[in-house]
Amino acid sequence: MALLKLDNTTIRFGGLVAVNGVNLEVEEGEILALIGPNGAGKSTIFNLITGIYPPTDGAISFKGKSIAGRPPHVIASGGIGRTFQNIRLFGEQTVLDNVLIGAHTRGNWNLTGALLQFLPSVRKEEGRLLELAIHCLSKVDLAHKAYELASNLPYGEQRRLEIARALAIEPALILLDEPAAGMNPQEKQTLLKMVRNIRDDGVTVFLVEHDMKFVMGLSDRIAVLDYGSKIADGRPEEVRANPAVIEAYLGKGAAH
Amino acid sequence: MFQNMLNSIDPYSMQILVNIGIGIILALGLNIITGLTGQLSLGHAAFMSVGAFAGALLTIKTGVPFYINILLSGLITAVVAAAIGWPILRLTGDYLAICTLGFAEIVKVVFLNLEITNKALGLTVPTPDTSLPMPLIVLIVVCLTIIASAFIQNSRFGRALKAIRDDEIAAESMGINIARYKVQSFAVSAFMAGTGGCLYAHFLGYINPSDFGFLKSIDMLSMVVLGGLGSIPGTIFGASILSAAPEFLRFMSQYRMLVYGALLVFMMVFRPNGLMGGIDFTSFVLRKLGVKPRGVSRSKEVQ
Ligand SMILES: Nc1ncnc2c1ncn2[C@@H]1O[C@H](COP(=O)(O)OP(=O)(O)O)[C@@H](O)[C@H]1O
Ligand SMILES: [Mg+2]
Repeated sequence: MALLKLDNTTIRFGGLVAVNGVNLEVEEGEILALIGPNGAGKSTIFNLITGIYPPTDGAISFKGKSIAGRPPHVIASGGIGRTFQNIRLFGEQTVLDNVLIGAHTRGNWNLTGALLQFLPSVRKEEGRLLELAIHCLSKVDLAHKAYELASNLPYGEQRRLEIARALAIEPALILLDEPAAGMNPQEKQTLLKMVRNIRDDGVTVFLVEHDMKFVMGLSDRIAVLDYGSKIADGRPEEVRANPAVIEAYLGKGAAH
Repeated sequence: MFQNMLNSIDPYSMQILVNIGIGIILALGLNIITGLTGQLSLGHAAFMSVGAFAGALLTIKTGVPFYINILLSGLITAVVAAAIGWPILRLTGDYLAICTLGFAEIVKVVFLNLEITNKALGLTVPTPDTSLPMPLIVLIVVCLTIIASAFIQNSRFGRALKAIRDDEIAAESMGINIARYKVQSFAVSAFMAGTGGCLYAHFLGYINPSDFGFLKSIDMLSMVVLGGLGSIPGTIFGASILSAAPEFLRFMSQYRMLVYGALLVFMMVFRPNGLMGGIDFTSFVLRKLGVKPRGVSRSKEVQ
């Protein structure tokens, strides 16, 4: 059974059909890439999966259970972490606090815990969350920047910090929306290794990316979206040779 | 010893000090919902008034011990806030601000028309029978409020509130139940306002619904904004200055709101983080003492 399954998933924004009857399965343990021209509906698919928008039509299931239309916090608690194409860090907070917020669902103590934070069980939980956060930071090589303000990090590191924050959910599935955007070739190479490590740690990876070289080198499978519809789905070399894909990309390229 | 110290302060200064104390409690309360959670409340005086009338009526009708009365007033106010917060905290920005403002007016009108609150005449509140003198009780509540605020800010609960303040979409994508945390934050904030109101009622000995109008809400907001939204030392500082100021500026009391308005605009333009905002007081002090903030050495260890 697929870890995540989109079944005829559709969303309309007024007259615009941003995602049009997409069928897609993400298998456990794979790295799946979603590519397609700007405005194809890639980020919208992520927003549908994470509950930011409810689908107009169709179903979405995760671990065999329907999640379509459930609120984002419930879906996140269920084990789906994500990053954003336009970085959405808590900029005025430290790197560590950002990841501690990501670890929110790994803790239980609330207001009572806050007021009684000297209790051993509260301190123990806080210590556990802190350890988890540092562990996630070290996965993206940012542990040494734990006490800097998130907004003071260079762009590439902010992208990595978003990944660490999503990892702190200890998700079964992580959604990365253009993780390599704005990075130089070296940074991309480092990121590639990090994403592979994340998968090797047992997290299924579903990413949106523009850089074809990056995608081809990283993914087990690639799905292609054009005008909200899926036009191809297969292994990297199959997709690269697919006439519909070439058409979608070259057609767009020539028009620019 | 404390008694002697208290006795050595003249009544007029004592009154100013107690006003400052109550101002700090109220401002720290407002800081939780507005500074920490980022939800603008323009009607916080209503919660002070609920606490004041609840406390006054408890003393008049039941005569429960004053310490329990303070707690109960806070709890009653928190319940009212949770009930009103559940529908209105789904609103954001200006809509929420307008709703809190409207709620405060409703509370005022209700108290002005209820038999039990003695309508527009207001209530005379008997001096509570306590072993400790009133100023000392206020001081204790101030300390407890500061400790609670600091604890909340530095906890899983507080981190969730700050996440909501900074980016709701990111916060809910991290599994934070935004609606629930906003209501809880509102209730905690109101609890503090309620205890402040209860102390105010018993210290002053007389309360009237009109004392808790829009201007009082703006008073409280100015304290938090002056010191720096979200900063505990800043809020204490702002509350102290603005609670004492009216005494020293009596000659221009009609212009107080004009001054506050100018102050708010000035702060927003020149120091949007408040006079003390952006200064992390604890780590500043720690660094001066040569102590590294928590966990720095640990991060190297785990790496
Ligand atoms: N909330 C929204 N309201 C209206 N239109 C939207 C909304 N979100 C996305 N769209 C539109 O849906 C289309 C797909 O957008 P998006 O998923 O961001 O594309 P991309 O593939 O580049 O990530 C675009 O035309 C965009 O303008
Ligand atoms: Mg996009």
